[in-house]
Amino acid sequence: MNYIDTNLKVVGTRPIRPDGVDKVTGRAVFAADTRASGMLWGKILRSPHAHARIVSIDTSKAEKLHGVHAVVTAKDFPDIANEEAFVGEGPMNFRDLSLNIMARGKALYEGHALAAVAATTQAIADEALALIDVKYEVLPFVIDVEEAMADNAPVLHDDMFTGGVTPKPTKPSNIAKVVTFKKGDAEAGFKDAEVIIEGKYTTKPVHQAYIEPHACLATYSSDGQITIHSSSQGHFMVRAYTAKLLGIDLANIRCTPAEIGGGFGGKTLIYLEPVAVALSRKSGHSVKMQMTREEVFRGSGPTSGAAIDIKIGAKKDGTIVSVRQVLKFQAGAFAGSPIGPGCMCGLALYDLPNVEVIGYDVVSNRPKVAAYRAPGAPITSFAVESALDELADKLGMDPLTLRKKNAAKNGSKTHYGVTHANIGFEQVLAAVETHPHWKTPVKAGQARGLACGFWFNIGGESSASVHVNEDGSVSAATGSPDIGGSRASMGMMVAEVLGVPVPRVRTTVADTASIGFTFLTGGSRVTFATGMAVTQAAEKVVDELKKRAAMIWEIPADAVEWRDGMAFPAGSNAGAFEPLDLSAIALKAGRTGGPINAEVSVNAQGAGAGFGAHICDVSVDKETGHVTIERYTAIQDVGKAIHPSYVEGQIQGGAVQGIGWALNEEYIYNDKGQLENPGFLDYRCPVASDLPMIEAVLVEVPNPRHPFGARGVGEVPIVPPMAAIGNAIRRATGVEMHDLPMSPPKVRAALDAAGK
Amino acid sequence: MAKSYVSTTINGEAAEYLCEPQQTLLDVLRDVVGLTGSKEGCASGDCGACSVLIDGTLVCSCLVLGVEAEGKSITTVEGIAQGEKLHPVQQKFLEHAALQCGFCTPGLIVASKALLDANPNPTETEARYWLAGNLCRCTGYDKVIRAVLDAAAVMRGEAS
Repeated sequence: MNYIDTNLKVVGTRPIRPDGVDKVTGRAVFAADTRASGMLWGKILRSPHAHARIVSIDTSKAEKLHGVHAVVTAKDFPDIANEEAFVGEGPMNFRDLSLNIMARGKALYEGHALAAVAATTQAIADEALALIDVKYEVLPFVIDVEEAMADNAPVLHDDMFTGGVTPKPTKPSNIAKVVTFKKGDAEAGFKDAEVIIEGKYTTKPVHQAYIEPHACLATYSSDGQITIHSSSQGHFMVRAYTAKLLGIDLANIRCTPAEIGGGFGGKTLIYLEPVAVALSRKSGHSVKMQMTREEVFRGSGPTSGAAIDIKIGAKKDGTIVSVRQVLKFQAGAFAGSPIGPGCMCGLALYDLPNVEVIGYDVVSNRPKVAAYRAPGAPITSFAVESALDELADKLGMDPLTLRKKNAAKNGSKTHYGVTHANIGFEQVLAAVETHPHWKTPVKAGQARGLACGFWFNIGGESSASVHVNEDGSVSAATGSPDIGGSRASMGMMVAEVLGVPVPRVRTTVADTASIGFTFLTGGSRVTFATGMAVTQAAEKVVDELKKRAAMIWEIPADAVEWRDGMAFPAGSNAGAFEPLDLSAIALKAGRTGGPINAEVSVNAQGAGAGFGAHICDVSVDKETGHVTIERYTAIQDVGKAIHPSYVEGQIQGGAVQGIGWALNEEYIYNDKGQLENPGFLDYRCPVASDLPMIEAVLVEVPNPRHPFGARGVGEVPIVPPMAAIGNAIRRATGVEMHDLPMSPPKVRAALDAAGK
Repeated sequence: MAKSYVSTTINGEAAEYLCEPQQTLLDVLRDVVGLTGSKEGCASGDCGACSVLIDGTLVCSCLVLGVEAEGKSITTVEGIAQGEKLHPVQQKFLEHAALQCGFCTPGLIVASKALLDANPNPTETEARYWLAGNLCRCTGYDKVIRAVLDAAAVMRGEAS
């Protein structure tokens, strides 16, 4: 059924989330908050070298230390074949993931795991790590993406031959693949251009920087049964990767989702779980592992840094006639940067006749990248949206008018082949135009920037169940880890369909043995896909409730209708009966066919792409180069906001992560290829005093493929900030900002270079 | 190394424990006492997820040794509500949806309570600077600041 344009009672309201009290009182159980009987602490030894051959690892001294129960190295894990992974988000290869969680043969970045110990205390585990003797042959390394592409660069993998080019190269390189997207004829298009803008842009790798470090508790029983309690964006993902990397049947692993302390894409793959299981198997004890913040920075995430060239040609009236973009993405030590979305997302916002995009997926001696909120899109959009702003200036045109003129609409065909349908970009731009922020004159000493962003959003496989309990209260369960309030929105959709108040429905996230397969929480898919599953499950329950009422009344099932949480006879012909609510029907369930419940699994399609536009006012301290965000407004098409507060929260949080990406965050390496800022003091995430309020404006263009019209909302908001801020700084200073982060020293240097 | 005996008060109740001299108060709270509401986000005093009050003063418990709690009064996030009655800060965090993942929330609750104990009528700027030691990666702080200012109004009797 479709509820768009119906009179909704629950969806669109702002009830308190069901897990809220536990989270404000400290009761909520995150991964590191659990213990097991006889538990050991597991810790990992990591490479101090950016690139080194592992000559030998001698663990004998560590093994003899009192309190140490197990030491593992790559020898304790199966040698996994080169195979594309079917789990997780983004391109992944089982062999690479295996090599990433425990180095075999070579250490490929500083922080690469080499060995792990399990001991009775954390202090003994640390002592044991210091007793492991590793002999290295230190190799030349490469950090920068363009240096890694050079002919004479140190090669990380001698079996990496660039994919996507013919003929296949004869010599290995750090370029994992080249991807190309073409529409029309870009070269010919530029010949028609009256104005051309060209620019080179760079972005730095940035970490997702979830506040909760990776953690897990694993138990291997001697009968081969394994339990894992961990923090992830998908416990089915944890199960599949762990099973594959250890050569174990999925059915022998039961993964329970802990509360997750942030992920943003960074917990869509695993680092610790197979190691903890291996240590548990070897020691006969449960093993708890918890990364330090330093390990999080050195050994997990981040997203790609990149170098981007862009050329845009337009007519004098602002019509864009051709775009050429070349993107070089750092993948870290293994192939798999988000180069695909990077090539697609930046130009997906515009209706363009001629496009050529070339993307390179490049390895270097850095941690393997992980998904980060709209993977690839913020990077490409920084270049596209900055160049568009320069184009607007060159044309003497308002930047909003330029975007409106070229905006993609329903029916616009993208350069990657998809034709947009049910999108709301024009509505978003219209909302910019009428918003007080846009209409208010810029204050003296400040400047304003505008930028837009796009993310596909995805659907996919989800399972959900709805049970009517014996007393008529309702339990709903899904397989989607709740990363930002999804239990609230799931419960609300169930309550809406059943016609009961929100507190009558309790929503949980079920473990891998208790609910059908559910793809991970990522791609902004949960409210859409899992929401579809839970809605359908609730509808099945309503059908069942009608049947049961019909049995109680001894009338045909189609003579019963359901409204406001009760069964009514459908019209006077059906008979005169007092309505039956859930409690009354549940009470008689034993005599009308047994328990009332439904589980539904879907493979949801038609997620509905998301578009946003951000407006920001900045002031620039020309003496120090410090940029202050004075006012910030984020406008986004959200389809239908199920719980508007959490939708606003996604937009505000995403925008602020983008502000950090724009102004401060970066990985800084020394001349030995070692990360110099693996902590929150020197890796500078935005803090409360850095920011103004972030106004989130919800534009609701319903997605007809979702029962309530929802579309994903979590990823779009991180896409526009970098260019919105860069454009504002450019307008404030007259200096083009092409390199992230736009931190005080960089801004000051740019002003110096421009003689300002 | 011999363990030290510590006699202290935690959330209003007399408490005693043995801890290693080098163990932080955070580790003691989590691993010895069993109060896991205080979180480790960095162990270097940069994220504030482990915030507690010692004799009413806001500190990062990862920067304090367990032995330093001797004779002091410690308040953790578990001690902010009075039984089932939530503190206004906790109630307003729920009403304003000022949390998403909830991991930084314990630290923010403790730090916000400390702010309102010290300054019942903070400006937005004062609240932002007071909470600058508590990293939140989910919310962008907007709803957090609104919740804190609203809780302040409730505590002053100007709102409900």
